[in-house]
Formats: sequence, structure tokens, C-alpha cells
Amino acid sequence: MIELDGVQRSYPVGAEPLVALKDVSARIAKGEYLAVMGPSGSGKSTLLNILGCLDRPTAGSYRLDGREVGTLSADALSEVRRHHIGFVFQSFHLIGRLSAHENVALPMLLAGIPEDDRRARISTALDAVGLVHRAHHRPNELSGGECQRVAIARATVMRPHILLADEPTGNLDTANGEQIMRLLERMNADGLTLVVVTHDPNIGRRSDRVLVLRDGEIVQRVPGRELRPDALFESRA
Amino acid sequence: MVGVAAVVVLTAVGEGARRYVTQEFTSLGTNLLIVVPGRNETTGSFPGAGGVPNDLTLDDVRAVERDVREARLVVPIAMGNDTVANGERRRQVAVIGTTSDFQQVRHLEVTAGSFLPPGDLERGAAIAVLGAEVARELFPAESPIGRVVRIGDWRVRVIGQLAPKGRQLAVDIDNLVLIPVATGMRIFDLTSLFRVLIEVRVHSNLESAEERVLALLADRHGEDDVTVITQDSVVGSLNQILTALTLAVAGIGAISLAVAGLGVMNLMLVSVSERTAEVGLLKAVGATGRQVQRLFLTEAVLLSLGGALAGLGLGWGLVRAFVALYPAFPASPPAWAVVSVLVLAVAVGALFGVLPARRATGLDPVEALAGR
Ligand SMILES: Nc1ncnc2c1ncn2[C@@H]1O[C@H](COP(=O)(O)OP(=O)(O)O)[C@@H](O)[C@H]1O
Ligand SMILES: [Mg+2]
Repeated sequence: MIELDGVQRSYPVGAEPLVALKDVSARIAKGEYLAVMGPSGSGKSTLLNILGCLDRPTAGSYRLDGREVGTLSADALSEVRRHHIGFVFQSFHLIGRLSAHENVALPMLLAGIPEDDRRARISTALDAVGLVHRAHHRPNELSGGECQRVAIARATVMRPHILLADEPTGNLDTANGEQIMRLLERMNADGLTLVVVTHDPNIGRRSDRVLVLRDGEIVQRVPGRELRPDALFESRA
Repeated sequence: MVGVAAVVVLTAVGEGARRYVTQEFTSLGTNLLIVVPGRNETTGSFPGAGGVPNDLTLDDVRAVERDVREARLVVPIAMGNDTVANGERRRQVAVIGTTSDFQQVRHLEVTAGSFLPPGDLERGAAIAVLGAEVARELFPAESPIGRVVRIGDWRVRVIGQLAPKGRQLAVDIDNLVLIPVATGMRIFDLTSLFRVLIEVRVHSNLESAEERVLALLADRHGEDDVTVITQDSVVGSLNQILTALTLAVAGIGAISLAVAGLGVMNLMLVSVSERTAEVGLLKAVGATGRQVQRLFLTEAVLLSLGGALAGLGLGWGLVRAFVALYPAFPASPPAWAVVSVLVLAVAVGALFGVLPARRATGLDPVEALAGR
């Protein structure tokens, strides 16, 4: 359960601070599939980074499973990320020198999970994204879709209960994007809380709920299936 | 890496030189006093009082033998240079006039015939012992024993031949001719001995013997006009010089290591900035600041350790090549140099890795992911 209350994030740029998020409040239930939409610069990534404990709100409260995490230290936040949150990025962020297997191993190495355990979990994670046969390939030997699947395996190998994806299909063609979304949705169906930032209304419509942001504020909350094609347009008016 | 190689090679050579010198000197025995006529200039002579030192004579030798209880052997040396000839075969050599005890002091072996007989201090028999090289040159096909050779205009009978020995402290033993000391003084028309070697019974007697010799000769000559050199003082000061050299070399190496450290730091800073996004990713998947720091520190240490090992390899190769060229020279890097060079390299890596690692640790994860 995620609870945001009056969350604000501003950047001290010049004389007047730039407010990227102003007074955002929201609840995200366990196992929910949430899409975050809105025009470029509306604060979607900022919101996702705060949800993922990569960033801290400058004001307001963020409680994760009842625990206030908005004010934790950097190291404490690392700990929260390690065990509760998986990230998927638009540009994959795989380490080019490492094989798929090693990239997936990374979070477990940092968490100090023993070798035997690691092996088993990497196999499971790569199997879930259908890439066992590519385990020893490096990112530059994989297609974009395959890279994103490795990234998903890496994001889920620590068995987090929240998966955050910032435009996960932004660098992929339609077919590969569709495959990635199916994968993420299947993991959501297995109980993972899924928050996806997207520009694609088709993805929004498949979600449980859509939050539409504009200028750092939530201007619309609708169930995904009720999202009309012109909804984003309307919200801007 | 080059710094490490330099340290290894130079300390090896320096240490080799030190050991070589020490080994050479101590092979002569450390119980040796050497009496030289004349005051050592460096200790200061008195300008007015008698410019020319008194002769060091055979009477002095006998007095020392009689009065200096600590002395086990007292060996006079008269020195000259002349042509030694067997018929038409001739050779320019150093001729040493001495006594039978010279054999013991200098650890010489006789391969044929015998050494100078004991007890001949005054008489001066016309006999000679040839160094190995001289014997081979003058008598290529036959034994020299019993044959007569000429030293200048003097005729002496060969009674012995030395085993090959090579150079010993700049003296080429193989190219010597040894004759009784009185004979030497006569042939070369000498009034003073070149040196007197005194071997004391035990090392702890060295100082008292030195004092006694100085007092005795000052008394006999009416002034302080001889210098006494001990093996210890010679070896000691050479040792000091060479140790200082080795240390200086190590210091130069340390400076080059520091320079290498700056190189490591630069490399690591580049590495951190090139891998900003990677650091962001590590943090995103749960790395703590400490873990990121340790990662980059480890990398810096491995980097410099790798360099150090490569340097050690290179240095070792060079030392080996050096030893192959000069087998007599016992060059090998002292253990302390190898160990401290490795420790230093690791320390340098860690030290100069701290700043880049700190920089990586301080990166904000969101900005780092964006590659900023
Ligand atoms: N580090 C930063 N410093 C200053 N302004 C920032 C920074 N990060 C984001 N912003 C600003 O915050 C606003 C929201 O950015 P972002 O959340 O990335 O938007 P979106 O993901 O919806 O495109 C933008 O106006 C952006 O310029
Ligand atoms: Mg964005």
C-alpha cells in the first residue's frame, strides 16, 4: 500500500524554485496496475522516482506499507529499494560489460545473497522473461526487446512487491513493446503492484487506473477502461 | 608501473653492490688492521712538523710482533712493479715482497711447489711464487717449479705457483709475483714498507690492537705518522654509502609511485564520470553509498596493484638480464623493497582512489541515471 499526501518536489533553480510536483496525494493499492500519463515535463518521472525512493519529496508525506519513507537517509532508502522496489527504464540501463546473467545477478550481489541461491533465482527470473538461452550474451548482442526483458528480470529477481516502469516501451517498436507490456501485466496478475509511466493511451486503457498529470498536479483519475482517446487532450484544456 | 620496475631494478643493483663489497671485504677476514705510512690527509696533519713521514720498516714489524699481544699475524708488504721474464717470455706485473703469513691473511692456495717459507724477514732469499696467470704466460707448456725467472735484473728461483683466484679487491692475484720481503726491498731499492697487515686473534681485540699499534709506532717514530685502517671502518662506510644510495633510489621510486597515484586518480575520475549512469543504476537496484565507494576503491587498488605486479615482473626481468650479463654481481631486489613497493602501490591506489570513489558515492541517483 502506497500513500502519498501533499507530496511536493521542487528544484532550486534560479531565484524562483521550479516546482516539478505540487501537492500530489494518491493511494495505490497492493497489486494495482496504475498508469501515469501526461504531457512531457508534467512531472511523471519525478513522481515515479519518489515512489521508487530514488528521490525524496521536499514536502508532504510518503508512506510505504504504513512506514514513512519520505524522510529516510540515503542509505536507508537504498535498503528500501533493494527489497521492495524494482525499476524498469526507458533506456534499459544494462551494464554493457556484463552478460545478461551477470546483469540480473547485480542486485543480489549487492544484497549479499549466497551464490547457490543466486543461481537458482537468476534462472527463474530469466525463465520468466523467456531468455534462459540468452543468459551469456552481452547487451550489445541482444535486441532492444530482449534488453528490456533482461532489465525486467533484473528488476524482479529480488522479488519486490512494487514494479515501477518509466516509459518501458519508449525505445521499442510496437510488437516488442506489446510483448514487454504483456510480460509486465502477467507479473501484475501474479500480485506485483505495477506503476507504468506512458504516453500510449492503449496502455492506459489496459490499466486498472490512470493518473493524468499536468504541470505537476494530478488533473484526472479515471479507471483505465474509461479513458477516452481525447482524455489527455481534454485535461489540458 | 614503470616506477615499480625502477625501484626493483635500482634497489636490486644497489643492494647487489652493497653485498658485493661487503662479501669481498669480509672474505679477507674482518679481524684485519692495515697500517699505512703517513697520516691520513682527512684527519688533518700538522703543517710545520716534518712533511715526510718516517719509513715503516721491518724493525717496526718486529716491534709490533713483539709488543702487540693481540696480533696473531703481522705481515709486511713491499710493493713494486717490474718485468718478469723467462727467456724471451716476459710480462709486466705487480711484485709483492712479503712473508709466509701472507698466504693465511689473503687465503691463498698453492697448486704446485710451496709458498714462501716462514722465518725469512731479513735474509731475503732469491725465490718467488707466481700467480696462476703469470705462471701460464711464462711457462705455457711446463711446470715453473725449480726454474729461474728474472725480475728486472735480478734472478730468482720459482718455488711455488698459486691457484687461480681472480681479482680480490682490485688486486689481480693471478697476475702477482710474491717474493720475500727483504728481497723485494732490495730489488726495488725501498726504505719503507708499503703496508703492514695485522690480523688480530679475535674481533673484539681490534680496537685495543689499533690503539697499541698507533702508540707503539708513534713512540718509535717520535711522531704520529701512520694511519691504521680497519676492515670494519672501510666496510662500514662503504656500506653506509651504498645503503644511502639504495634508499635514495627507493625515494625516487616512491616519488614516481606518487606520480603513478595521480595517474590512477585521474583514470578513476574519468572512469567515474564515464560510468555515472552505471553508478545511478547500482543505486537504483539498492547499492548503498558505502558499497559504491568500496567498488571504486577496489577498482583503484586493483588497478595500481596490477600496475605494480607488471612493474615487478618487468623489474625482475631486467635484474635477471643484468645478472646474466654480470654473474659475479649478486644483484637481487631486497625483500623489503619488493614488499614495500607492493604495499605502497596498494596504499597509493587506495589513497588516490578515495576522491573518485567519494565522487561516485555522492552522486544523486536520479541525476546519475540521467547521466548528469
Ligand atoms: N534535476 C532537475 N533540476 C531542475 N529541474 C528538473 C530536474 N528534474 C526535472 N526537472 C523539471 O521538473 C519538471 C518535471 O520533469 P519530469 O518529471 O522529468 O517530467 P516528465 O517525466 O513528465 O516528462 C520538468 O519541468 C523538468 O524540467
Ligand atoms: Mg520522464
